[in-house]
Amino acid sequence: MSGTAVIVKKVWQRRDRKTQFAVWAAWLFGTAVFVYCFQLISERTIWAFVLDAPAQAGDLGARMVPPAWSYIHYLWRPIWDTLNIATLGTIISIVIAVPIAYCAARNTTPSVAFVRPVALFIIVASRSINSLIWALMLVTIVGPGVFAGIIAIGLRSIGFVAKLLYEAIEEIDESQVEAVRSTGATPAQTTVYGIVPQVMPAFAGISVFRWDINIRESTVLGLVGAGGIGLELNAAITQLYWTQVSLMLLVIIATVILSEWVSAKVRHAII
Amino acid sequence: MSLALNHRRWKKPPAIKRAWLRWTLILGAAIYLSLALGTTHVNWARVWEGLPRGAQFITAFFPPNFSGRWSEIVEGISESLWMTVVATVVGIALSIPVGIGAARNISPAPVYYFCRSVLAVSRSFQEIILAIFFVKLFGFGPFAGFVTLTFATIGFYGKLLAEDIEDMDASQAEAVRATGAGWLQWLNFGVQPQVMPRMIGLGLYRLDINFRESAVIGIVGGGGIGATLDTSFNRYEFDSAAAIILVIIAIVMLTEYSSGYLRRWVQ
Repeated sequence: MSGTAVIVKKVWQRRDRKTQFAVWAAWLFGTAVFVYCFQLISERTIWAFVLDAPAQAGDLGARMVPPAWSYIHYLWRPIWDTLNIATLGTIISIVIAVPIAYCAARNTTPSVAFVRPVALFIIVASRSINSLIWALMLVTIVGPGVFAGIIAIGLRSIGFVAKLLYEAIEEIDESQVEAVRSTGATPAQTTVYGIVPQVMPAFAGISVFRWDINIRESTVLGLVGAGGIGLELNAAITQLYWTQVSLMLLVIIATVILSEWVSAKVRHAII
Repeated sequence: MSLALNHRRWKKPPAIKRAWLRWTLILGAAIYLSLALGTTHVNWARVWEGLPRGAQFITAFFPPNFSGRWSEIVEGISESLWMTVVATVVGIALSIPVGIGAARNISPAPVYYFCRSVLAVSRSFQEIILAIFFVKLFGFGPFAGFVTLTFATIGFYGKLLAEDIEDMDASQAEAVRATGAGWLQWLNFGVQPQVMPRMIGLGLYRLDINFRESAVIGIVGGGGIGATLDTSFNRYEFDSAAAIILVIIAIVMLTEYSSGYLRRWVQ
């Protein structure tokens, strides 16, 4: 009740009180979810195995060196198969994806109300199923082997290629199309001379990018029986030939790095 | 002479101007294709035999059998979801120091090279191959899946974080440093606000990817819905498999839409 004014020294704060509380509540909620999920995982874990892991890792590491270099003679064929799965799969997916992308792009689709939703559904369905699941499915249908792998890679890639391609088609410069159309070109000619040259670089880039991803994916398709080096890897792991396993891992890394290099070079040359 | 010139028709210029390169590429592609198609063994008899089974599989979608293995499906999907959440959180938490270390503009050369090599190693293996080894080390179940996804997340998120930090506006960070801020304060007020919106979006995107991957690492024993799916295919229970695939597609679409929505809201 004294007359002196109390000077409140206000310290700068990043957020006002309300925002601060909201941020804290979000953190609390997030942490609770995380702890709960971890608790559920931990209930299903045999911790003795987890604690034993460093010893196991050391043991496994010791069994894996030196790699069985001489076994490489048996691997050329699976590597060739792996490359073929990726390349032929990519070609199939491109052939199917181009018309789908044409139907899905807002500016080229024959019908926004009917054709476009169907095309978009195909894209989403193809994208949300992993290539390993496609392979699992196809191995039971067409039998184990390279063919199932090629189809699996093809089906999985349709969504990816079509999605990126239709986005590229939607971003084209309409005035060029208009210019071609105003010369009296038919719709087919308009597509060939107005749209195709504009999306060609994007298309080439997308295809090579997907090919690179497909090489990576086709190395593991063999685990479910769909051919390639994964088949050999699975066999070596089940038979506990760890020196062969380490050789195959090295071969896989080399293949992946090489394909990444090739795709980077090609994309650099195009763009 | 001038008459002949007038009759020359316009031709589309070829995509590759150098003729020798064009012909080499075409010839190379033709040789490769004939070799590849020639050496790919397709057992057409087996494919033919499988076609009715394929038709069976497609008819199994109308309607899919949700009730037959409902408890297994619920268990597998929830296991996948736990793994996804925990692995994304732990993976992002671990990738922050690695990502900061791998940004050339804010970390010293030895740290930079060390962190970059950590990222390269974690990115060069497929999740499935990692999962095989983590299952060997940690035993069957969701823990192995969790470690796999965490490891893969570090490579993905750390690399993008490092690139984002490298692209940041140096003058803002400089301004914060000029006020006499310590290193951590500088990081918190100078660097973090610049990368935060994009990184939240990428975190949600990674959550998405982790769920997709968690659906397959069960095939090699890493917990989650993959094991259930594998079993139902091996038993030719196509109606249950169709149900599982539909559930996976539904969840993937749900996470994709909600993460897209959240990303727009954050940015």
